[in-house]
Amino acid sequence: MPAPPHDYPPIGDYAVIGDSASAALISRDGAIEWLCWPRFDSPSLFAALLDRRRGGAFWIRPTAPYRVERRYLDTTCVLETTFVTETGTLRLTDLMSVAEPEVYDAQLRPDHEVLREVRCDAGEVEVAVHFEPRPGYGRVQPALQHRPGFGYFYNHRAEVLVLRSEIALAHGEHAGLLAGTARLRAGERRYLALTYDRQEPAVLPVLGDHARARLDESLAYWHRWAAQCQYEGPHRDAVVRSALTLKLLTYARSGAIVAAATTSLPEEIGGVRNWDYRYCWLRDSAFTLRALFELGYREEAAAFLQWLMNAIGGRQPELQVLYDVYGTTHTREQELDHLEGYRASRPVRIGNGAESQFQLDVYGEVISAAYEFVKQNDGLTASQQKLLRKLGETVCTRWPEADNGIWEVRSERAHHTHSKVMCWVGLDRLLRLHEDGHLDGIPADRFRKNRRMLRDEIEARGYNDDLGSYVALFDGDTLDASLLLLAIHGYAEAGSERIRSTLARLREHLGRGALLYRYAPDRDDGLPGSEAAFGICSFWGVEVLTRQGRLDDARAALDELLGYANDVGLFAEEIDPATGALLGNFPQAFTHVGLINAAVTLAAAEGRHREATLDGEATLDGEDAPAS
Amino acid sequence: MLSVDLGSLLLWGVFATGLLTLIMTGSQQLGWSRMSLPYLIGSMFTPHRGRSMLIGFALHFAIGIVFAVLYALLFESWGRASWWLGLLLGLVHGLFMLVVGIWALPFFHPRMAGKHHGPTPTRQLEPPGFLALNYGRRTPMISMLAHLVYGTVLGAFYELAAGGA
Repeated sequence: MPAPPHDYPPIGDYAVIGDSASAALISRDGAIEWLCWPRFDSPSLFAALLDRRRGGAFWIRPTAPYRVERRYLDTTCVLETTFVTETGTLRLTDLMSVAEPEVYDAQLRPDHEVLREVRCDAGEVEVAVHFEPRPGYGRVQPALQHRPGFGYFYNHRAEVLVLRSEIALAHGEHAGLLAGTARLRAGERRYLALTYDRQEPAVLPVLGDHARARLDESLAYWHRWAAQCQYEGPHRDAVVRSALTLKLLTYARSGAIVAAATTSLPEEIGGVRNWDYRYCWLRDSAFTLRALFELGYREEAAAFLQWLMNAIGGRQPELQVLYDVYGTTHTREQELDHLEGYRASRPVRIGNGAESQFQLDVYGEVISAAYEFVKQNDGLTASQQKLLRKLGETVCTRWPEADNGIWEVRSERAHHTHSKVMCWVGLDRLLRLHEDGHLDGIPADRFRKNRRMLRDEIEARGYNDDLGSYVALFDGDTLDASLLLLAIHGYAEAGSERIRSTLARLREHLGRGALLYRYAPDRDDGLPGSEAAFGICSFWGVEVLTRQGRLDDARAALDELLGYANDVGLFAEEIDPATGALLGNFPQAFTHVGLINAAVTLAAAEGRHREATLDGEATLDGEDAPAS
Repeated sequence: MLSVDLGSLLLWGVFATGLLTLIMTGSQQLGWSRMSLPYLIGSMFTPHRGRSMLIGFALHFAIGIVFAVLYALLFESWGRASWWLGLLLGLVHGLFMLVVGIWALPFFHPRMAGKHHGPTPTRQLEPPGFLALNYGRRTPMISMLAHLVYGTVLGAFYELAAGGA
């Protein structure tokens, strides 16, 4: 049934389409409820996701009651929604058109296009179209100008939106609303195309067979891209879907990968934990690179590292927590008071205040990313080496300082164990690069001395003997899922007593089945309310189990976690352990990065286990997988 | 025979065209208009966006120089030149371009949608409409300003150069 106008679908009811520059979220009811052009962090054109009344939406659906089935077409980002009614079946195919570069060279193409094909597969169905863009995060009610034969236009400053439709539309209650209906019989199809151009005359989308050709080009593009995935282990479908999601969240022109396609989808329904994730965090750069390399996406990995180095190069050796897709730091946080927020979760924020935080761990992340890159490539350029040397010097100087920590909590700075570990990881990777001949001219003795001091400090103050666990803060007694990274980054052996007992404590205190909270839900993190289990932390848990050789446990945990994906294989940032509902911004790149790395690590360990079994050797139980 | 050095005239033609292009392109960047003469010209020859801009810029400058010679011939025929005569020529030039040139563009541009029917697979570019208003309501004003500057610069140059010759 169509959703009541002021009712919000669950976050897991959305699917995403995109063109590696921008993304749209589409509900199970065939409604585009989130779209920002020309890039992920541009102001929205449709934002019903954040305000049903004012946000704007573009929906196509039967007028009669229906039930919905939905899928991505094979290994593509083309979404197919099937509406089954009493009188017939209607199939809606949604995509942002993409093609190989040579196609762009040979044809005029708009900057961006959402293409929608609606087809009656059986019987007869009346379909309704509702088109109501609200640019500027819902602030603007545009006057849509009809140019007969050409479509509907909205021209604002240097930007032009064009809607062309094979279903007759007319202005509704106001000039910014178009609506229409059509009765389709079996075999009939109609196309609608929404395009965006900037600073130049629009390229008008041709419909009919030409639209079908663009749909086929897009399918071919995604098929070819997905076919490059070298992973052949268990849960391949989930891994490929995760890779495709990362590709969708990649800003292809710079190589950056944004954390998510949305802003202000809440971590707690009705709460204030609503952030803008349409930026690029340094936090998980090493994991992202590793995931891309493991799957064989070397081009994307190289582009990502290039973006990373360019982004941090401008203000190095001081690192920001996050950057925009072009590596600038103009991400000042603002609140949009005119939007009611998803299920009244206010405020709606754009920009991100975390940009002003100090996080020591990002130094280790960036250096570790460079290390991952070098492992797969020839080496580093002179400027990259210079940059890494400076980062190492900064780590030596600043590691004794307190910081805001990996989770960007908005409370006082403190000495976070994970941050100190990442400083250790940074110096360790620099020394490894130096010893392998990839990095010249570092003060190796100074780096070694600081690495040793860091370990001494971490082992003395970051481990609580009474608790039997590493702890979130030096000399503290609280737990944090980021401590799983001690094993994943190779700071400590996964099979060591300290890591084993830490994992046990984390499972006891932060675990709900395979799910893990990132810290105790009742911990004071400077904000009212609480949050749900954290997607990427849960996948880290699988990885640590694998590295401990507990393959059955790891497999069971991974199976359980994959069950929390929505019907098209997507994850948000968080998962409510009580209901399984997805929470937070969506889809979330780093949850999918965690999924890929967990699956790849487990598959590799299982492969080694099988080989060892075949060779008649003892099982790998109790042994460590190699550190990353 | 011109009363000014041809080389200087061509140079000033390039300079005036550069100013015109600066105003037009700057207005695009500022969001005042989507009219891009280089793109409109270059896309006649190739759909490749990068190449069409390159070709378009080259041809646009060539056309600008040709018009500079035409301006010079008019100044010669009148036996006088001044900045305000250049400005008047720029006014006529701009009006002609907007009213006639832009009106005729869909007829001969091979990739521009026709004026009275929708786009086809080979003709997809948005037509400019009356006074190129489809490309933004400030487009006529900006185009006129650019051509007035073009004419004024050439008139002023010719006045100075001919006076000193």
